[in-house]
Amino acid sequence: MKSMIMVYSEKHELTLEILGKGREIADKLRTELAAVLIGYNVQEKANELIKHGADKVFLVDNQALMHFQIEPYLSILHSLITNYKPETVLIGSTRNGKPLAARLATRLQTGCIPDCNRLSVDERNRLVCERITYGGNAVAKMTFKTKPQIATIPPRTFEKLHPQERSGQIIKFDAKIEEPKTEIIETKPLQVSAVRIEDADVIVSCGRGLEKKEDTALLEELAQILNGQVGNTRPLAEDRKWFTEWVGLSGHKVKPKLYIACGISGVIQHVAGIRDAKVIVAINKDENAPIFEVADYGVVGDLYQILPALKEALKKQLH
Amino acid sequence: MNRIIVCLKQAIDVSQLKVDPSTRQLITAGAAKKISDFDKNALEEAIRIKEKIGNVEILTVTVASEDAKTVLREALAMGADKAYMIMDPSFKDVDTLGTAYILAEAIKKIGAFDLVLCGETSLDSFSGLVSSRLAELLGLAHVSSVRKVSVEGDAVIAERALEDSIETVKVKMPALISVTREINQPRIPSLMMIMKASKKEIVTWTAADLKLQKEKLDAKIEVMEVLAPKTERKRVKITGETAQEIAEKLVKALVEEGVLGR
Repeated sequence: MKSMIMVYSEKHELTLEILGKGREIADKLRTELAAVLIGYNVQEKANELIKHGADKVFLVDNQALMHFQIEPYLSILHSLITNYKPETVLIGSTRNGKPLAARLATRLQTGCIPDCNRLSVDERNRLVCERITYGGNAVAKMTFKTKPQIATIPPRTFEKLHPQERSGQIIKFDAKIEEPKTEIIETKPLQVSAVRIEDADVIVSCGRGLEKKEDTALLEELAQILNGQVGNTRPLAEDRKWFTEWVGLSGHKVKPKLYIACGISGVIQHVAGIRDAKVIVAINKDENAPIFEVADYGVVGDLYQILPALKEALKKQLH
Repeated sequence: MNRIIVCLKQAIDVSQLKVDPSTRQLITAGAAKKISDFDKNALEEAIRIKEKIGNVEILTVTVASEDAKTVLREALAMGADKAYMIMDPSFKDVDTLGTAYILAEAIKKIGAFDLVLCGETSLDSFSGLVSSRLAELLGLAHVSSVRKVSVEGDAVIAERALEDSIETVKVKMPALISVTREINQPRIPSLMMIMKASKKEIVTWTAADLKLQKEKLDAKIEVMEVLAPKTERKRVKITGETAQEIAEKLVKALVEEGVLGR
């Protein structure tokens, strides 16, 4: 039997992203790339998985699988893995996916590396995973001592492939499904903003240097001119309750072309969330703020003076 | 409801961690340690449940390769009744599976419980795997990403914060719940509570006390390197007489970088 990389996420879009990277690794290791599709009435998605790089799709379609619940989904993946023995299993690192990966790895008595933002194959054909650790103070490079090796991949880490007409095999898989141990009483959809900050090319972001919530208007104006979005740090969300989300290690990790940090001191947890930005600009009154160490361009000055001037200068440039 | 077990990690205080700039290595020897933030939220929640329904014993369990008593005193001061420290030098290189195994064996030795509360992830390694692994080893129902809980008879109603929805679930006890930081604001113990806590017991068990199988402590993961990220930034300071001058210089630099324009 040919060795296999198996990919699963309960979020379809994330499965496609992981397949993009999975294809590259499968080609390097000359292994098969398989995607797992679980749900109810989901057959039509199988072809899309093949178009995005899967050689095989394992399809488990059952009315009992309409909503994600950990025990049934876990039991299906467990029997797929014990049947087809993939060497590598890549799982989407979501709030549901990570516990799934962790329990799968425990049931199989194997290792799991969570939240990998880089995956590569070394000269010994080992899968090397990189992840941010110690609150953004370090990047850890790790590999596995046991098989199957399970890694989880956060959303928007890898690019999905351009869809192609290619041939692949759809295998209907019949598994014994474990009963869920919890009962879902209610699911309330959250107001998720239509635009995701992860997709923004330009982010104008504020920190504790911003005095009032209304002053975000200054940043909004700038973001509008730059066709970007406004972001913020964790203290503005958690301490001042001005926002519900933030950019940083524990919030959104972003990779814009341009990140303008206004009144942001630059604690390591925040910096870990912006390390993939192409260009970082820092505006801060405190010339010793650590943000200047990680910025391409630093302006020591009051954001209340610099931002309006910057707005005017940009208008001149862009119109 | 009689007993809640809270898993506490003694974590490196990452906000105080130093890096050797010449080697990019972290200086972990002698680094300040504390109860991992999320675990403190779990403990706070256990105390709140106790305050609400009364007559509940709160026990904490910690896996450590070196002494964690100072940190555990804080947990006792907050309101835990008794702390268990499972300490053995052989735990130094255990990974998430090994840690979950040690916790599971300790919890089995402690005996009956209704609820195990954990933090969603740890402050230092930030893996977020141990609570799920523990639930699997103990064969417990697990509810993760919980931002609100209430105990109703023999069940727990828990609100889970997912990426695009809030899911409310009901789970029969015994169960394992892992909490996020939004669930509460942990209390700061008063001097009175700290004094009272000095009389509370910290039980120390070793690997031998739990009859742990050595091979089950073997790491499944090989850590190849842990280094501070390289900062390859230009670090150019833009200066000028007026805000306008600075802004114009900055825009010019950004045009040259090719990051402006739609």
